[in-house]
Amino acid sequence: MLEIRNLHARVAGREILKGLDLTINTGEVHAIMGPNGSGKSTLAQVLSGRDLYQVTEGTVTFDGKDLLEMSPEDRAREGVFMAFQYPVEIPGVSNLYFLKAALNTIRKNRDLPELDAMDFLALVKERMKLMDMDQAMLNRAVNAGFSGGEKKRNEIFQMAVLEPKLAILDETDSGLDIDALKIVANGVNALRSPERSMIVVTHYQRLLNYIVPDFVHVLSEGRIVKSGGKELALELEESGYVGYETETANAR
Amino acid sequence: MPVEEISQQLAPYLEAFDRVPKTPLHQAAMERFLELGFPTSREEDWKFTNLAPLTRMSFEPAEPGDAKVAAKILSALPPGPRIVFLNGRRLTPAEPNRSLETRLDFRKRPFVALNTAFLSDLATVHVKGILAEPVHVIYISLPGGRPRMAHPRNLFVFESGAQGSVIETYVGENVYFNNAVTEIIAGEGAVVEHVKLQRESLDAFHISTIHIEQGRGSVVTSRSFALGGALARTEINAVLDEGSECTLNGLYAVDGHRHVDTRTVIDHAKPHATSHELYKGILNDRSSAVFNGKIIVRKDAQKTDAKQTNKNLVLSEDATINTKPQLEIFADDVRCTHGATVGQLDSDSIFYLRSRGIGEQAARAMLIEAFTREIADGIKSQAFRDYVESLL
Repeated sequence: MLEIRNLHARVAGREILKGLDLTINTGEVHAIMGPNGSGKSTLAQVLSGRDLYQVTEGTVTFDGKDLLEMSPEDRAREGVFMAFQYPVEIPGVSNLYFLKAALNTIRKNRDLPELDAMDFLALVKERMKLMDMDQAMLNRAVNAGFSGGEKKRNEIFQMAVLEPKLAILDETDSGLDIDALKIVANGVNALRSPERSMIVVTHYQRLLNYIVPDFVHVLSEGRIVKSGGKELALELEESGYVGYETETANAR
Repeated sequence: MPVEEISQQLAPYLEAFDRVPKTPLHQAAMERFLELGFPTSREEDWKFTNLAPLTRMSFEPAEPGDAKVAAKILSALPPGPRIVFLNGRRLTPAEPNRSLETRLDFRKRPFVALNTAFLSDLATVHVKGILAEPVHVIYISLPGGRPRMAHPRNLFVFESGAQGSVIETYVGENVYFNNAVTEIIAGEGAVVEHVKLQRESLDAFHISTIHIEQGRGSVVTSRSFALGGALARTEINAVLDEGSECTLNGLYAVDGHRHVDTRTVIDHAKPHATSHELYKGILNDRSSAVFNGKIIVRKDAQKTDAKQTNKNLVLSEDATINTKPQLEIFADDVRCTHGATVGQLDSDSIFYLRSRGIGEQAARAMLIEAFTREIADGIKSQAFRDYVESLL
């Protein structure tokens, strides 16, 4: 489903990804772990099409198409979804209005009829239960005044409504207490399916107790330096990132 | 004053004046206008608004226009009680009111003097008790042989304890000059909603002076939408009595080479009054805008609570905004805050929307709409609120 080959990317003139290779098949959940500055979030941002990041080399193929050629909206329409590490607050745009516009554009792209207000509301209410969210938030502005936990829940809720083929969770666990973490993880688990792949980017093993990955990759210095099964995450928990960040430390 | 002594700018106005019926009030106002002349950019209040495009033109007094076109324009507006003017002449209801009881001094204000000199049909709304539906005063300007001018005059009087809404709408086609004056008198405890919807032709000149006089404990909310006009200026002066509450909200939107100027003065003349002011602007292309908000707190106006905010969204590199808050505070136990911002659409927000499948143009439109919505949100009548939102 997703083929990343020799990916190099820079931000603000600095090379962050230095030849990253990764293959993700349909239905697989891959965890990307690594110390701060290893390029985890850059990978997530590059895949979602943030223009602050420049790809200088390499290819990313999604369902046989060149992902890097696509605008962020086209990637979303093709089924890529990123849960933001720092979801953006958008005062004046209600969650309901925003999500309906998003879903209907994506449905249109999939040759599905647009949902009317009634059907949309029914869908949204059903998916809200999954995330244990209060319906009152639908009429509130997108993320405006939300707590950190509410924002992360809202990300997963959007994912539940938009039903992507590939979900990228960028440090979804950061800033969550254990109760919020469980709610978010339960939501993510409910969305696991043989048709949906996920990339879970995290610094801590903690999240992976709740979202158990099929594969774990360690990112260091802009490359994947080790890959394994879920047990690799536990290993990292034991050792920390010792041995993976020496070069970074020296570089400083 | 003999014609020879009149400058070239003012001569056409004197010629036009010779052709309209007049009373001593008209005569006095015309004389004063000729003495004052048009303001120049040397005056602090007009520093950033160049009136040359207006003053180098000459305008004919208004004449009747095409009633069919007017009817079509009217059919697109929300229904309800109406007072309709076409090219300055009152169409409905038919019997024009020409007697003016004014509290507005024209001696210091050239545009008010000019308006008074050409005063003919008035829009008068006198409210006792509770007004069930908003009264909509509509000014339609349609082209004729030469550019025309009209001098709309509104007098909205709310007696003690009266409540209601009045809406002024300006629409038109082609080049013309509207010089409007509106007086809003709110009696003790009156609750007044005023909306001004300026959607003049994009080639028109629009000058408007609004005077608000608030009695004790009265509540006045005025919303001003400046969407049209090649050169448009709205000046609002509000004088607040004890314990009154004044809200001035507005939105100006300009593109092309257009210019819009908003000037407000809130005069806290007595203690315990509250004022809230929120003006938002959207500028595109090579347009320009001015916002000047003055708050005066008089010496005995203790416990004044005044808040002023001006936010501007600048969508192009060539647009210019001049924003200037002015606080003149002579009392010591008051709370006054003001803030002005100038910014672009937030790129993180645009990306967030796009990452959910919403196209770039749609994302920008959504954010612009979000920026403007706050101003229209509070309009009491849903029909008008929906109508205004549909224009934004």
